Amino acid sequence: MKTSTNRPLSPHLEVYKPQLTSILSIFHRGTGVVLAIGSILVAYWLSAIATGPEAFASANGILGSFLGKIILFGWTWALFYHLCNGIRHLMWDSGFGFDISTTYLTGKIVLGASVVLTILLWLVA
Amino acid sequence: MAEFKLPANSVVKKGKTWPAPKGATRTRNFRIYRYDPDTGSNPRWDNFEVDLDDCAPMVLDALIKIKNEVDPSLTFRRSCREGICGSCAMNIGGTNTLACIKAIEDVEGDITISPLPHMEVVKDLVPDLTHFYAQYASVQPWMQTDTVAPQDRERLQSPEDRKKLDGLYECILCASCSTSCPSYWWNGDRYLGPATLLQAYRWVIDSRDEATGDRLDNLEDPFKLYRCHTIMNCTNTCPKGLNPAQAIGSLKQMMLERR
Repeated sequence: MKTSTNRPLSPHLEVYKPQLTSILSIFHRGTGVVLAIGSILVAYWLSAIATGPEAFASANGILGSFLGKIILFGWTWALFYHLCNGIRHLMWDSGFGFDISTTYLTGKIVLGASVVLTILLWLVA
Repeated sequence: MAEFKLPANSVVKKGKTWPAPKGATRTRNFRIYRYDPDTGSNPRWDNFEVDLDDCAPMVLDALIKIKNEVDPSLTFRRSCREGICGSCAMNIGGTNTLACIKAIEDVEGDITISPLPHMEVVKDLVPDLTHFYAQYASVQPWMQTDTVAPQDRERLQSPEDRKKLDGLYECILCASCSTSCPSYWWNGDRYLGPATLLQAYRWVIDSRDEATGDRLDNLEDPFKLYRCHTIMNCTNTCPKGLNPAQAIGSLKQMMLERR
């Protein structure tokens, strides 16, 4: 807590050791932001469909390019990570899984599941 | 608002190095945060090389040795030296804990010691805990009753109800958990933090307390309770092995259930 004195603020981020739990929490926040920005892309694609065949073709061209695919791949991972970790949050909200060993286990499951689901989706689609 | 960088007056500069005494074979380097309010200059990292063959096993032992033998101006709080008073809470090797129950051999590499994170520093390893204590006081941490006390005995509690206080009453208010919490770093002015919330829960579930409704009313606020995002730094760092995150989760559930 910083008030109005001249006392220095003690170091925080630069000294605090990153842990799986805190990293996954930052991921959750980060993927949330990415999803919000990514939804603009989806809106662009949908409005291209509504505009007509030429607009749709050019939108498909941009999103289907190599860079477009990389962005979409990252976006789908963000989606699956946010979804899986959201379920983890629901579990906490219903009162389960607060002990340290369980939080680490569920954290690893969420990480693994998000990667597997992303790859599965791209194999199927 | 979250400010990720330290203000200009808080940036830690390079400090002095105090070498180990001649002939020492088993030495460890202690990198310690120093701030002297009398000079007004920026804090610094001082390095103290300590001869482990001439030092007791805990981090606090090394701090006391440095203060006694090398630099008497080194300032830190300590009292019980057995993990029950909570005075020597500080950041050691990247996580918050009590210096008196943290073994030197359990820290790898240089042993970096800084005050509890994101707090105003009074001097060296001594943070200002005024706001932390005021927040604790704000949850009215004492038994509140409306009914008349029994004339012939204490207010009794069943063994099952007493059991609900296990894992809560052991909290020594060392502030390790609250100052490990990024939410508390960024919103500590309004978010109560894990230690205070664990204490709030301790009174909420006490079967003898009769102010449960008022206590939950007091937490009905966008910041006081709900800035907890289950980051789990609190539970990871608690030197007493308690679980503040779980206590906060239980509070959130109780808030929901009574709607």
